[in-house]
Amino acid sequence: MRHLIDIKDLSIQEIDELIKVANDIIAHPDKYSEKCHNKKLATLFFEPSTRTRLSFEAAMMELGGNVIGFSSASSSSTAKGESVSDTIRTVGCYSDIIAMRHPKEGAPLVASIKSTVPIINAGDGGHNHPTQTLTDLLTIYREKQRLDNLTIGLCGDLKFGRTVHSLVTAMSQYKNIKFVLISPEELKIPEYLKEGVLEKNNIEYIQTDSIEDSIAKLDILYMTRVQRERFFNEEDYLRLKDYYILDKEKLKNAKDDLCIMHPLPRVNEISTEVDDDPRAAYFRQVRYGKYIRMALILKLLEIE
Amino acid sequence: MNIDSIKNGIVIDHIKAKNGLEIFNALKLGELDCSVAIITNAKSKKMGRKDIIKIDKSIDLDLDILGYIDEDITINIIKDDIRVDKYHVEAPKEIVNIIKCKNPRCITSSEQELDQIFVLTDKENKKYRCKYCETLYNQN
Ligand SMILES: [Zn+2]
Repeated sequence: MRHLIDIKDLSIQEIDELIKVANDIIAHPDKYSEKCHNKKLATLFFEPSTRTRLSFEAAMMELGGNVIGFSSASSSSTAKGESVSDTIRTVGCYSDIIAMRHPKEGAPLVASIKSTVPIINAGDGGHNHPTQTLTDLLTIYREKQRLDNLTIGLCGDLKFGRTVHSLVTAMSQYKNIKFVLISPEELKIPEYLKEGVLEKNNIEYIQTDSIEDSIAKLDILYMTRVQRERFFNEEDYLRLKDYYILDKEKLKNAKDDLCIMHPLPRVNEISTEVDDDPRAAYFRQVRYGKYIRMALILKLLEIE
Repeated sequence: MNIDSIKNGIVIDHIKAKNGLEIFNALKLGELDCSVAIITNAKSKKMGRKDIIKIDKSIDLDLDILGYIDEDITINIIKDDIRVDKYHVEAPKEIVNIIKCKNPRCITSSEQELDQIFVLTDKENKKYRCKYCETLYNQN
């Protein structure tokens, strides 16, 4: 039995296989509409995240399966002090696969140790969120028809943004990838990623604080939100939250086939005037999130 | 004092001065039923001052943790008054319930019955990360 706790649990071949299946689902949805007949997905959200939960639930429903679960800790037995392990072993009696979100880092790993059914980490604090990374990879593939030979701009909070860290790690395995790391001084990418991933894999990268200076060479622009909860003081947050706002003016020199991504929800970092630009891929990205989760559920349930 | 004074047992030598008690506790030597001596501030040619622990019994002790605390520590195995083995312990791949994760967002902070497991992720620099949240353990 396999779980997905960390994107590093998957080999590059397995990721490519998931993308292949997701592409097939998009092309032939009818073929998959009964694949999970009589199977149940439990969505255990110890902290609320409506969009991630709905994505998992929609994915299971489109596979013909059913969904049970809870959407916040107050409605679960954790509120009564039950351990993660006990909750998981109980829920494992009612379900075939579990998608779990938890505010504590490492909780899904704890869950997987005693679980009798596959566990999918749907986010554990600021730690891992592997299905977001899979979503990003499928989006890049769908929009660019490849995962190699790309110049990827990452913009915003590169210090705390876990989606950025996982994406850098995952994309560094593909050939001829270049990164443009766009952030204010305070929100630069951590040293351990620069040394442990970029430099270790001889990946070309530049660090800058200007979108305008670098936008012309990008194939992908991945925007992120600056999150209030990562800051100790409100002042720093307010100063940095609107540091980058992507608008039509900034896109003036961008390539015609640029792909603009964002893990959503957005606040101000992409002006709504960009939404109708065909290069804006962030709402398509949401849709791809459902398809890659469908592919993942099939893989972990070992359904062909 | 010297290591000849026990007939059968283990001598843990070249412990940094004042670290003897920490090692005594980490190895749970207080739970043994044989005599155990901690010699602290012994004179050492190499180290100036050092601590030594002598265990007066041939027992099978898990000494892996010494590799985490200090790789320079020397283990001497004594049999019938003769030193039959002498070695250093390498940093272990995993250490369990010796150090604690300090990340307040870690699952071990709210579920205290979980084992505190740290994994060696960088052998060269002897860096350990929490198995659950992957936070780097900072010895200070
Ligand atoms: Zn931890």
